[in-house]
Amino acid sequence: MYAKKFSFTLVSVLLLAAFVLAACGPAAVTEVPAATAAPAATEVPAATEAPAATEAPVVAPSKVEVFSWWTGGGEAAGLDAMIKVFQAQYPDIEFSNAAVAGGAGTNARAVLATRLQAGDPPDSWQGHAGQELIGTYVAANQLQPLNDLYKAEGWLAVMPETLIPLISQNGNIYSVPVNIHRANVMWYNPELLADNNITVPTTIDEWFTAMDTLKAAGVTPLAMGEQWTAMHLFETVMLGTLGAEKYNGLWDGSVAWDGPEAKQGIENYKKALTYVNSDASSLTWQDAAQLVVNGDAAFNVMGDWAEGYFRELGKTPNTDYGWAPVPGTVGVFQFLSDSFVLPVGAPNADGATAWLKVAGSKAGQEAFNPVKGSICARTDCDPALFGVYLQSAMADWSSNVVVGSLTHGVVANDSWKTDINTALGLFLADQNVETFQAALVTACKASGPCK
Amino acid sequence: MPKIKNRDTLISIALVMPSIVAVGIFVYGFILWSLRVSLSQWKGLLPDYTWVGLKNYFELFADPRFHIDIRNTVIFTVVFVGGSLVLGLFMAILLDQNLPGESFFRNIFLFPMAISFIVTGVVWRWLMNPATGSRISGFNQLFHSLGLDFLINRWHTTPTWGIAAIALAAIWQMSGYTMAMYLGGLRGISDDLREAARVDGASEWQIYRHIIFPLISPITLSAMIILGHISLKVFDLIVAIAGKQLPLDVPAIYMWQVTFDGYFFGKGAAISILLLLVVSVLVIPYIYYNLKNEADV
Repeated sequence: MYAKKFSFTLVSVLLLAAFVLAACGPAAVTEVPAATAAPAATEVPAATEAPAATEAPVVAPSKVEVFSWWTGGGEAAGLDAMIKVFQAQYPDIEFSNAAVAGGAGTNARAVLATRLQAGDPPDSWQGHAGQELIGTYVAANQLQPLNDLYKAEGWLAVMPETLIPLISQNGNIYSVPVNIHRANVMWYNPELLADNNITVPTTIDEWFTAMDTLKAAGVTPLAMGEQWTAMHLFETVMLGTLGAEKYNGLWDGSVAWDGPEAKQGIENYKKALTYVNSDASSLTWQDAAQLVVNGDAAFNVMGDWAEGYFRELGKTPNTDYGWAPVPGTVGVFQFLSDSFVLPVGAPNADGATAWLKVAGSKAGQEAFNPVKGSICARTDCDPALFGVYLQSAMADWSSNVVVGSLTHGVVANDSWKTDINTALGLFLADQNVETFQAALVTACKASGPCK
Repeated sequence: MPKIKNRDTLISIALVMPSIVAVGIFVYGFILWSLRVSLSQWKGLLPDYTWVGLKNYFELFADPRFHIDIRNTVIFTVVFVGGSLVLGLFMAILLDQNLPGESFFRNIFLFPMAISFIVTGVVWRWLMNPATGSRISGFNQLFHSLGLDFLINRWHTTPTWGIAAIALAAIWQMSGYTMAMYLGGLRGISDDLREAARVDGASEWQIYRHIIFPLISPITLSAMIILGHISLKVFDLIVAIAGKQLPLDVPAIYMWQVTFDGYFFGKGAAISILLLLVVSVLVIPYIYYNLKNEADV
């Protein structure tokens, strides 16, 4: 009985091998006629009649697949507004919205990585400008430089000078930024602050004093959500403690993660966590931000996409919510930018270029940004289109010192960020500053610039 | 005997061939490929098969996050498998009493199994909302309105033991399935045996203790294997309830994060191979045992 079963298995395995080999053969053969057919088809209309030649290419590349993680709130509404501009300008191209839901795009990036390895890139995808794109996709030769497009569209003259180096490598520009977001924004509930006689804090110490007062009054001082929002708080507190120059040093390797400045930042972060709502890990960023406008918490640190969400909830700026730079970061603009790319081997490169033209255009950005709650990457957008908050962000964008965000892909590549995320998760559980610093040093050596 | 049987054999081989080919490529082929990747230093989007031996495995054994994963998996497995077995057996014994409405309750108990873990997770995320005070909801609100405030707790956000709360949702989903298995076993036990025991003066408890439980022990083994491998692979339920956060980390979530968020493909493959080995330890003896029984019959 056993011998029979074994020989059966053996036979099946051999047959399987034969199948695999056989399957490889024809697949390679079928590709050849496809390749030869294409030139033949283009030759024929050229020889006979012109109309046939112009009709044929229009039918084939009629669909452009754009990949993003904009699936909810102001993000999805902004994307829809930009798609409308695209459809008005390119009625022949069908827009396929391949959005994947998930906090800060983590799920979408996983799907994208799988598709790229399978050689099935979407026509264009959303990526955070900075190391997320450069460290991952440019390093793997997945992106085409867009310098010619920038010249043809005149974007170099209308986009901020500080932005271009962050989306370039070796002089090649690799993405078209649609918007600028600010990470270091502290949202507050004006009524709760007034009730407790608190003025908006501008330094970390003032902030802690204010939160002590609120805590004593029975108010949840600081709203936070799941783990990535804890990382967002971490990067802003580090910036608030270290200042712009030393914060940048953490990312270029000139300021040590186990040094006294970093230690002070982590100690401040640890203290900030003592003011956080107890159910933080069960809340999304929307849940956490909503605590502030509902009067359940006084402060929330979140990027300025929260403003789009507040408006969607029907809240009024300066009445239901106020804003200020995260204490210690006054005069610093910690930015992130969503941008779109042209992959190597895009199935419909012409369609993708058309999308990029819309994404970088004044009309596209003016349609997208007021709805999403971000400012234009272009500097020539009409301020009248934007609300009170965004007008203040536009003013800061042009006058402040600019640094990049960790959580949103500007300053660290994805591998480094993942290691920091693990170290941060362990820190949230055990609150051990020394262990956290050691893990951050290891992470910087493994995937960052540290030696 | 020989000729016709040979033709039957050929036809049956031809019929199962497509699935053997598919399983061969998509399961065993990719397991071998994952094994190879786990022994490489592949990091980043592009494959890099440079041989590093067992480096990825040694790093995992020294990794504090992986220690949390193992602790969580053990807690989850014990609570989930134990809870499902006890609850499943209890419900099966209740249903075995030939009461009216049996099929109605049988279906009710079995229904949760038809739901995906994601749906279960979304519902239980709300039920186990750890918020208190004015934002109280779910179970905590129920406890509060019943005056059982001492039962209000932080559910899955409890340090160290939070994963056990996730196991509660899994028990809710799978105990009906365990019940169905046990009910089949109970129904397979001849009434003669019980009656003989009663004639001999055995109490109901003695009948269960000395006759029924030993007779259904093979079912307990099957159920433990099935539930055990589900619990080792749990991923979707945790992500749906709590997202990907370290206190509720398990190997499958760690594997996802290092692979797809951080592009550490070598390390991710090492985690999945370790998962496979642990599941194999559970499943292979069981398959062997079943094959042996079949062969004996």
